[in-house]
Amino acid sequence: MTAPPAPDARIHDIGYRRYEGERLGAMYARCSLFVHSLRGAYGLGRSARSKMLPIGLFVIMCAPAVVMVAVVMTTGRDELPIEYTAYGVFMQPIFGLYLALAAPQMVSLDLRYKTIPLYFSRPIERGDYVIAKFASLTASLFLFVGIPLLISYVGSLLAKLDFADQTTAFARGLVATAVFAVLHAAIGLLIASMTPRRGFGVAAIISVLTIPYFAVISLMVVADEQGSPDAVGWIGLFSPGSLLEGFQAKFLGGELEFPGDQMLTNAAGAAYVVVIAAIIALCYFLLTRRYRKAG
Amino acid sequence: MLYNHTVARLTYRALLGRRRALILCALPALLLVIAVAVRAFAGVDDRAATEILGGLALATLVPLIGVIAGTGAIAPEIDDGSIVYLLSKPLNRRTIVTTKLFVAIGVSLAFTVVPILIAGIILNGNSQQIATAFTVAAIVASVAYSAVFLLLGTLSRNAVVLGLIYAMVWEALFGNLVPGARVLSIQQWSLSLAERIAADGADISSDVALPTAMILLVVATVLGTWYAGERLRSLKVAGDD
Repeated sequence: MTAPPAPDARIHDIGYRRYEGERLGAMYARCSLFVHSLRGAYGLGRSARSKMLPIGLFVIMCAPAVVMVAVVMTTGRDELPIEYTAYGVFMQPIFGLYLALAAPQMVSLDLRYKTIPLYFSRPIERGDYVIAKFASLTASLFLFVGIPLLISYVGSLLAKLDFADQTTAFARGLVATAVFAVLHAAIGLLIASMTPRRGFGVAAIISVLTIPYFAVISLMVVADEQGSPDAVGWIGLFSPGSLLEGFQAKFLGGELEFPGDQMLTNAAGAAYVVVIAAIIALCYFLLTRRYRKAG
Repeated sequence: MLYNHTVARLTYRALLGRRRALILCALPALLLVIAVAVRAFAGVDDRAATEILGGLALATLVPLIGVIAGTGAIAPEIDDGSIVYLLSKPLNRRTIVTTKLFVAIGVSLAFTVVPILIAGIILNGNSQQIATAFTVAAIVASVAYSAVFLLLGTLSRNAVVLGLIYAMVWEALFGNLVPGARVLSIQQWSLSLAERIAADGADISSDVALPTAMILLVVATVLGTWYAGERLRSLKVAGDD
């Protein structure tokens, strides 16, 4: 039997207050998620150990640009040894490793430690989460290739190379880099979102990037030796690396390093654009579908 | 004692349990598809066979499967701390390492050697012993990769990335640019064996002499396994980070 309430029972006002500050809204939450993920992709705001690999890879990525500038300055050549548009493709192993490191970092941990519901307790939707992660991975990849390009651009201007030539080439390089970044971000993020295990995500991304690439290169060599140079261009459709190499050569005036050294036909070039766009759209669609139920 | 059946079973299930075996199957399946396609369109061609078995199978498939099997055998358990339950059993820790190595080697062999042999036979019917040469090379490479990557799994939390850096950057990128880097490359060591086995007309060449390569392969495997055992022996159960 409970005691009857004391006759003088009352609720004390112990000074709780409403929040009356500014409500920052969904846009602010999206921006925060974007900035946080972007910083995380380079290890900023994480332990010194987690900074080591991304920063180390970034330094390796920049090294050829610095060397190129030094070579141009000392030998007085009138052009850079590696074109702006080809830089990303040239440094593909490093780029692939960075993607394999950054993409699982961005999404796998949220899945593994089940922090996703916490994000959705803020005023953002599932689509916003996907957009923010996609945008920040794209931005980090763009910076990863774009900054070495900027180094070589500034260096080549300091070495008194032709201003107009270098600026158009640099602008084209940035366009190629943007396409490169969006395509790889789409593929990497999709694969990483499939598994909460980081190690498995890393291996899976590398497999998807390298195995088709080497398969395509081997097939191209075979096709070229068999005397069907037209087939070389079409085979290039089957791996992300060769897609971008063909794209930049056909539309941005780069050089094509495919076996046989033959430029793509117009039909093949159009197919490259369609396939790139289709892969990005498909990966994005699958990502939003993946996150419809996650968490 | 070198082998414990229960540890082997657990490792095997960690590597190939659930859908993982199917995903791993995709890589050798791609090799076989390519082999069939090349044979169908180009016919029997020894250069094509060497290009695909050397450039695709031995250079990417074997190291990738090696990384997945070698680090996957031990790194996830150390990472999430469940290795503690294994270490607290009355088992020599060296036994745990060697058992996990056997499983990693077995998985690598199953997913590389068999498909490479089949692909080689499809491509040119083992003319000039090319298929045999690459199969033997894949066997020794798988063993060495498994041991080295198992060691990496006990050394670092980023074992997969470090293993891939070794396979992709050191062996592929630096190996192409700096000839000296090829001396310390498992791929080149196994290629020197392939060079010896294949007929003279086959275009397989390695930068490392056969005796050196054999010694380095054995040293890498034995030393890697020994040091992995040492690492596991002195592993602290409570993480320090």
